Amino acid sequence: MTSEITGTAPSRVTRGGAVPPASAESPARRRRRRPRIAPWLFMAPSAIILGVFVLFPIVRSLYYSFFDWTVGASTQPFVGFGNYIKLFHDSQFWNALRVTLEYTVVSVVLLLVLGFITALLLQGESLANRIVRSVFFFPTIVSLVTIGMVWKFLLDPSIGLVDGLAATLGLPSVAWLTSVHLALPTVIFVGVWKSTGFAMILFIAGLKGVPQERYEASNLDGAGRWQTIWSITLPSIRPTLLFTSLILTIQSFQVFDLVYVMTGGGPLYATDSLVNLLYRDGFVNFQTGYASAISWVLFAIIMIISLLQLRLFRYNDVD
Amino acid sequence: MSTDVTRAPAAVQPKAPAGRRTPSGGDSARSTAKWIYLGIGLVLALVPFIWMVSGSFRSEADLFKNPASLFPTSITLHGYIGVWQQLPFLRLLVNSFVFAGVTTALTILFDSMCAYALARLRFKGRNIAFILVLASLMVPFQVTLIPVFIELFHFGWLNTYQGLIIPRATSAFGIFLFRQFFIDIPPELDEAARLDGASHWRIYWQVILPLAKPAIATVAVLNGMNLWNDLLWPLVVSTSNTMQTLPAGLTLFGGNHVTDHAILLAGAVISLVPIAVAFFFAQKYFVAGVAQTGLK
Repeated sequence: MTSEITGTAPSRVTRGGAVPPASAESPARRRRRRPRIAPWLFMAPSAIILGVFVLFPIVRSLYYSFFDWTVGASTQPFVGFGNYIKLFHDSQFWNALRVTLEYTVVSVVLLLVLGFITALLLQGESLANRIVRSVFFFPTIVSLVTIGMVWKFLLDPSIGLVDGLAATLGLPSVAWLTSVHLALPTVIFVGVWKSTGFAMILFIAGLKGVPQERYEASNLDGAGRWQTIWSITLPSIRPTLLFTSLILTIQSFQVFDLVYVMTGGGPLYATDSLVNLLYRDGFVNFQTGYASAISWVLFAIIMIISLLQLRLFRYNDVD
Repeated sequence: MSTDVTRAPAAVQPKAPAGRRTPSGGDSARSTAKWIYLGIGLVLALVPFIWMVSGSFRSEADLFKNPASLFPTSITLHGYIGVWQQLPFLRLLVNSFVFAGVTTALTILFDSMCAYALARLRFKGRNIAFILVLASLMVPFQVTLIPVFIELFHFGWLNTYQGLIIPRATSAFGIFLFRQFFIDIPPELDEAARLDGASHWRIYWQVILPLAKPAIATVAVLNGMNLWNDLLWPLVVSTSNTMQTLPAGLTLFGGNHVTDHAILLAGAVISLVPIAVAFFFAQKYFVAGVAQTGLK
């Protein structure tokens, strides 16, 4: 019996070339004699991977950020907070921060509003609702690379459907992705286009949890539709609202794929997001120390925004 | 644009009665407004995909001559042929399958094992272990990217499958999800098995894991999807063309070598098919999984 069990597990694993957890089996047999080892053996694969590839690198990244660490350089001098001071005076960084903030604020607000409206309209379980929901949800599972590429082509002035239709209507061609002013709004539009279905699903899950009696009570009081949404629905789904806005903020703040595929950060850095800057400094220019400092600033800002959001929503809770 | 808008409600009209059945009831004006909104949404959601598929069958000349058209005037397979000839496409496809498939299988095994210990075994240090898992969940991936890259460089793992796979072979989120699921399984089940003399491994493998199929499905779908779609990680770990996955390959080739739009669209369509098929068959796990997390 035991051999049958081990027969399947390690074979699945050796394919990936990983440490076979065969060790987890034999000690398990020994368990009754040494019960304290079993939990650690069960955790070993995950613990080793998380330790080597997540926890240690976090510490390492902080360490790098205090050095003028350049890949391939003969010396890596310690610079203290030098990288952070340099960041503070770097116009590229401020530009990337502004781009990222603009992207995040605009897309999170739009996604919350559109996601909520769509969820309200499609929360029923009729067949039509379920079909429309699936269609809206579908872009969520498609890679940002595919979506970025398709929209880049759709918006292309010479082959794109958008300009093609505009031309048929006698409208002028628009430089969606090559204009300094329009590139960022266009990328934001595509990001919102992709994630509206995601926000919708989160809101529908939240709406399902609202007790029906609250609506009935509000109906009895003669509240109108808007009043009900404002005074019953929204307060009832506050946890969902918080969760959704947090997730969307964190995701938007890390925007990379769309920018990389659609504009590469251009034109003239108009869409150069923080992660795009991080990628360029770290993996194109090999300025490891500087890029590490950027990643810590990114982390700090995400933490601050998350705490602010928690604060904001908790504050409302007290009202 | 406005032609889209006017076309939309007409296409959706037959479904309108279903919309009117919503609990709030309501007049037809509201229902019309609802379906105009949803109609615009449907057109916006569907047209890019239709255009993408049709574009992959169009010739470059047709694309330039009829940019206003959603459909090909004549169908050509040169995009699909070109994708195999001009890109190391088979290699990219295999890499994507290996990366997403093997990593997901390992993640399910490792995460559920770890979660089994965290949820169902009592031991010293359990809380600290769980806090460390949560901590690694909170830190953005970009923070660890550079140190991990340097580690992989020292291991000699850049441009290798183990370099792509092993660092991603466990996910804190999966551990968290499995743990929540395992905690809800009644303790009597494994107590009975333990009285019968079953080992921990056997309880995990034959009692707990078979009960966790919904959790397995959720982690599988979510993880597989994220890995299949991921760009930044394969881009960083695989600098050589032969080790790239589809998203990284398509982006790089899209920028450098291939100028024919149909070829890139064909590549994008092919990379979309596995996910679309999976979505068709396992919709509820996609929805459940996504509802429980962010995408990354």
